[in-house]
Amino acid sequence: MDKIPVIEVENLTARFGDDTIFAGVSFQVFKGEILVILGGSGCGKTTLLKHLIGLYRPPTGRILINGVDVNSRSAKKLRKLRMDFGVLFQSGALFGSMTLAENVALPLQEYTDLSPAAIGSVVKMKLGLVSLAGYENHLPEEISGGMQKRAGLARAMALDPTVLFFDEPSAGLDPITSVELDNLIKAINAGMGTTMVIVTHELQSIFNIAHRVVMLDKSAKGIIAMGDPKDLKEHSPDLRVTSFFNRQPLEAKEVSA
Amino acid sequence: MKPAKKLPAQHAIGVKGEPGQEITLTLSGRLALDNLSALQAELQSRLEQLRPAGLTVDLAGLEYLDSAGALALIQLQGESQARAIPCRLLNLSEEARRILDLIDPETLTRPPLIPEERVTGFMDQLGEASIRFASDLVQVITFLGDLLTSLWYVLLHPRSVRWGDVLFYMKRAGVDGLPIIGLIGLLLGLILAFMSSLQLKQFGANIYVASLLAVAMVQELGPIMTAILVAGRSGSAFAAEIGTMKVNEEVDALVTMGFDPVRFLAIPKVLASMLVVPLLTVYATLFGLLGGLIIGVLGLDLTVYSYVTESQRAIELFDILSSLVKSVVFALLVAGIGCQRGFQVRGGAEAVGSATTSAVVAGIFLIIVTDSAFALVLHYIR
Ligand SMILES: Nc1ncnc2c1ncn2[C@@H]1O[C@H](COP(=O)(O)OP(=O)(O)O)[C@@H](O)[C@H]1O
Ligand SMILES: [Mg+2]
Repeated sequence: MDKIPVIEVENLTARFGDDTIFAGVSFQVFKGEILVILGGSGCGKTTLLKHLIGLYRPPTGRILINGVDVNSRSAKKLRKLRMDFGVLFQSGALFGSMTLAENVALPLQEYTDLSPAAIGSVVKMKLGLVSLAGYENHLPEEISGGMQKRAGLARAMALDPTVLFFDEPSAGLDPITSVELDNLIKAINAGMGTTMVIVTHELQSIFNIAHRVVMLDKSAKGIIAMGDPKDLKEHSPDLRVTSFFNRQPLEAKEVSA
Repeated sequence: MKPAKKLPAQHAIGVKGEPGQEITLTLSGRLALDNLSALQAELQSRLEQLRPAGLTVDLAGLEYLDSAGALALIQLQGESQARAIPCRLLNLSEEARRILDLIDPETLTRPPLIPEERVTGFMDQLGEASIRFASDLVQVITFLGDLLTSLWYVLLHPRSVRWGDVLFYMKRAGVDGLPIIGLIGLLLGLILAFMSSLQLKQFGANIYVASLLAVAMVQELGPIMTAILVAGRSGSAFAAEIGTMKVNEEVDALVTMGFDPVRFLAIPKVLASMLVVPLLTVYATLFGLLGGLIIGVLGLDLTVYSYVTESQRAIELFDILSSLVKSVVFALLVAGIGCQRGFQVRGGAEAVGSATTSAVVAGIFLIIVTDSAFALVLHYIR
């Protein structure tokens, strides 16, 4: 893999009030790779993701996507940046009062001057990509949870972004549906070369899709491991890392050791 | 196992040995939640009376043990330990051992963690509430500022407005509200005219019912009542809608797609309200006047003609215009606070509920405060 950094995180700190969630987080995401951010519940994965996409402004640190600071004050740069990435939120975050087609069309209407007919054809194509052909006129409430996430993915991909972010794509899905979604993610990554940052704690997903992982820890307030998940599982010297990959709670491991 | 003496569901404690010496307590029967307090008290008093040098608890006669019974045993062990009395359990069955093993004695004595913010004293609560009120006020003012900036932008770029949404909310806030607003306007007019007619009749001043009602409805009651109804019907709905979108991360999705959530979500609602509330106010006022007319004609033997001319004489164009301006401001406030409360939502469904309540309460509060300000200002302008 050619190592061109697409996302650069430097010395990032996240704070809510007086609570420091993590501090001094630095890593890079390279072009075309699938990077998984993992860690136990409440360790700040979602918080990190929301910083990466510029929803939260960090007290210290810097995040560049394709060389543009996500907290840039220039409206023009931000607009360009937001065309460059898409986000699939944990709940899908489809707009409930709009049909799937309207949901997917929204970014197209905002960012392009395409005619309604052209937008319609792009929407149809995107829905087809996520195997939702024919569901244009359904409302989000009329389809299942897995389909909602796929529709959310279609909306995130509407502008063919170079980076896609996912928050817990498999949360709330049954194992089969979640494997289907993982395979879809892999197919898009392979087909379009999209760089992907995925937050999850599902081991199965991690081994299935991740090229590289970044592991956060709540008490360490930062990154405790980075690298190939299979490598980490076998060779990490850190007990917290191996116990996560081997599905063993830390205390049990300590007692038996 | 011994047959139970009186009640089958009871425990029994036997003592072997002399006070101050090695003591064996035989616990038999049922050690369970329902007799926990008796058991705890008895064991405690035995321990204090006998002051044993060593304690053996024989559980051979145990028939039933649940976690509460096990708790009593562990507490007994703890008490003994505290008095430096060696204590051991004898003839413990395998099942009982498993229950005992589940309970970690250390967790029983661990001091409770101190939750982050606990406000107890009256003064503390007062201070807390004041700070919250102040920061809330700052947030509301900031949001209204944002809203006005966006409205200004929209005025300059009318094509950026989602007019489809505006029409939708005009229907929701306006058309759908017509029946209830008309009904309440009518009833208010009837009641007000009836009550004042009782007083005015005594002076033979029947005809003044018309002017009294006209002034009251046009200047105050029409705009206020309509705004309060809109706060209840639409302000709350706006808060709930935006709050739910916040919870579902839809607002976050909007931001990452490059939309300004205020312009996208709040402006259509606020614009629709500002367009529709003045119309509703006129409508409510007309129904109020109709109520007065009904009382005047049926109850006070006034003619329709004299009632209407008297009403007309009481109201000036200035009153009507100022009432319309007032209603536009009320609409801005009520819809704005509804949206602001929605955007404030953090967490889950419960937060949406309190945002809804707060939208109505704060909306009505703002209406009253602003109305007082208007009363003062209009008095001097006139
Ligand atoms: N908006 C917020 N305000 C205050 N605290 C928050 C907020 N969002 C998350 N937190 C806190 O930050 C920590 C990390 O949360 P989160 O990033 O959602 O964890 P994860 O996604 O890894 O489960 C949690 O302790 C949570 O309570
Ligand atoms: Mg999360």
